[in-house]
Amino acid sequence: MLTLRGVGLNLNGDNGDAKEILKNINLTFESGKLYAITGPNGGGKTSIAKVIMGIYQPTEGQIIFEGEDITNLSITERARRGLAYAFQQPPRFKGVYVDEVMRIANPDIDEMGIRSYLRDVGLCPEDYIGRDLGSSLSGGETKRLEVAQLLAKDAKITIFDEPEAGVDLWTIQKLISVIAGRHRGNDQKTAVIISHNEQFLPMCDEIILVADGEIQEQGPSAAIWPLIRDDIICDCRIRNQCGGGMIEAQQYR
Amino acid sequence: MKLSSIDNQLLEAVADLHGVPQGAFNIRKDGEGHRQSSANIEIVPKRDKPGIDIIVKPGTRNESVHIPVILTRSGLKDLVYNTFIIGEEADVTIVAGCGIHNPGNQDSQHDGIHEFIVKQGASLKYIEKHYGQGYGKGKKVLNPITIVTIEKGGYAEMEMVQIKGVDNTVRNTEAFIHENAGLKIVERLLTDGRQEAVSNVTINLIGADSSGQVLSRSVAQDESKQVFRALLVGKNRSTGHVECDAIIMGSAQIRSIPELTAESAEAMLTHEAAIGRIAGDQLIKLMTLGLDEQQAVDTILAGFLR
Repeated sequence: MLTLRGVGLNLNGDNGDAKEILKNINLTFESGKLYAITGPNGGGKTSIAKVIMGIYQPTEGQIIFEGEDITNLSITERARRGLAYAFQQPPRFKGVYVDEVMRIANPDIDEMGIRSYLRDVGLCPEDYIGRDLGSSLSGGETKRLEVAQLLAKDAKITIFDEPEAGVDLWTIQKLISVIAGRHRGNDQKTAVIISHNEQFLPMCDEIILVADGEIQEQGPSAAIWPLIRDDIICDCRIRNQCGGGMIEAQQYR
Repeated sequence: MKLSSIDNQLLEAVADLHGVPQGAFNIRKDGEGHRQSSANIEIVPKRDKPGIDIIVKPGTRNESVHIPVILTRSGLKDLVYNTFIIGEEADVTIVAGCGIHNPGNQDSQHDGIHEFIVKQGASLKYIEKHYGQGYGKGKKVLNPITIVTIEKGGYAEMEMVQIKGVDNTVRNTEAFIHENAGLKIVERLLTDGRQEAVSNVTINLIGADSSGQVLSRSVAQDESKQVFRALLVGKNRSTGHVECDAIIMGSAQIRSIPELTAESAEAMLTHEAAIGRIAGDQLIKLMTLGLDEQQAVDTILAGFLR
């Protein structure tokens, strides 16, 4: 369904120098599967998502979706072809209401549908359907509304960027159930979940481990998860503050 | 009263009216008023100058009055003095607004001088929208002066909106808030092209436990210019807050000047002001939902000015 071929990405750092963010990324996402992308902070997970969505333009390589080269398509064109991205830190909007943005995500949705998606992410429709997406919402509420929008959009490929971040423990399980329930075995849909969460990772069909802008490991969850589990929980890298440099505290394997 | 399609367009834009309303109203078209009083709201033409007195009987509850002004001819200069007296313990909504259709090359101008007296314990919701249309070279000019007095225990919320199409506006608002009374002013302003807008708001917190709040949201596009000054004067034990939030686009210019003056040690006054472009992540977010860039901008601006 979606293939990344030799994708590289350079971005300018704070000092203006180009920094290599992604190196020769080759990935294929198939229909009906759940994928997890995991790895240390700053390793390139979100950059892969943004390259897929067109937010970052790759420096090299190709992105093929349903047989079409979409490398040079805009964000809007990709969204209209069936790609969707739930932001790690969703922006806030003054004066834009929950039901309004849900209808932007899915113009065919009715109020019953909106209420259903809000319940799916553990939000009481009565309390949220007319709420402003501005500053009155907590980070966790904003995050759950972001997931609700993407569920409503019902795209062919949906990338959830750390859906658990800022969300309470009780809701994480609900999010896992609803994302898995909507995507697993559905041959029209694919979910890609960027996560560090030990509940999300094992329930995915495949895990892709990304660090230093490269794919370190990729394979069935049953094979990859046990290999990386301890490192995920402990965090793979530790900054050596005294030495001023970065050391590899543990290898992935 | 016969209304043309242009009249109806203007009335809908400034007062959400579809034809002549029920209840009390005063529709002023090209300098001539058409009015109707109700049992509790009396509308009386002034004898010494153009304009009307709107007198709401004490205790009147849940009633509204529409007093829109429309100008449909090029070159018209309209000046009007309106006085609003909201009786004790009344609770009413007044929908005003001015729409100018200027099809010609001469400037059309409406200057409204409004005085509000909100009597003891009364509550007022006032909505005023300004709008201009027409593709002649003549400018659409609106210069309102608003003077508000809120007596003991009274409250007013004033929503003043410039929708679009007004080439020049200078808006002066001054309020005097007495004991245990409050005023909230919400101003929303959109300018584009080479339009210019100046708004000066002063709230004098005179009485003990009085309160004042000014919330301004504006969008300046193209080469338009805006100046917003908001002054709170705490003369007694009082609370006040000014919040000015603006989006700047193109080559526009915005000056935002919140000012606080405390003449009492028990005055608690705060302000915040921000001017900035539309945040890139907001645009990207809406584009990932399928909107194109212009649709995303329109959605963000509509929400911001809502």
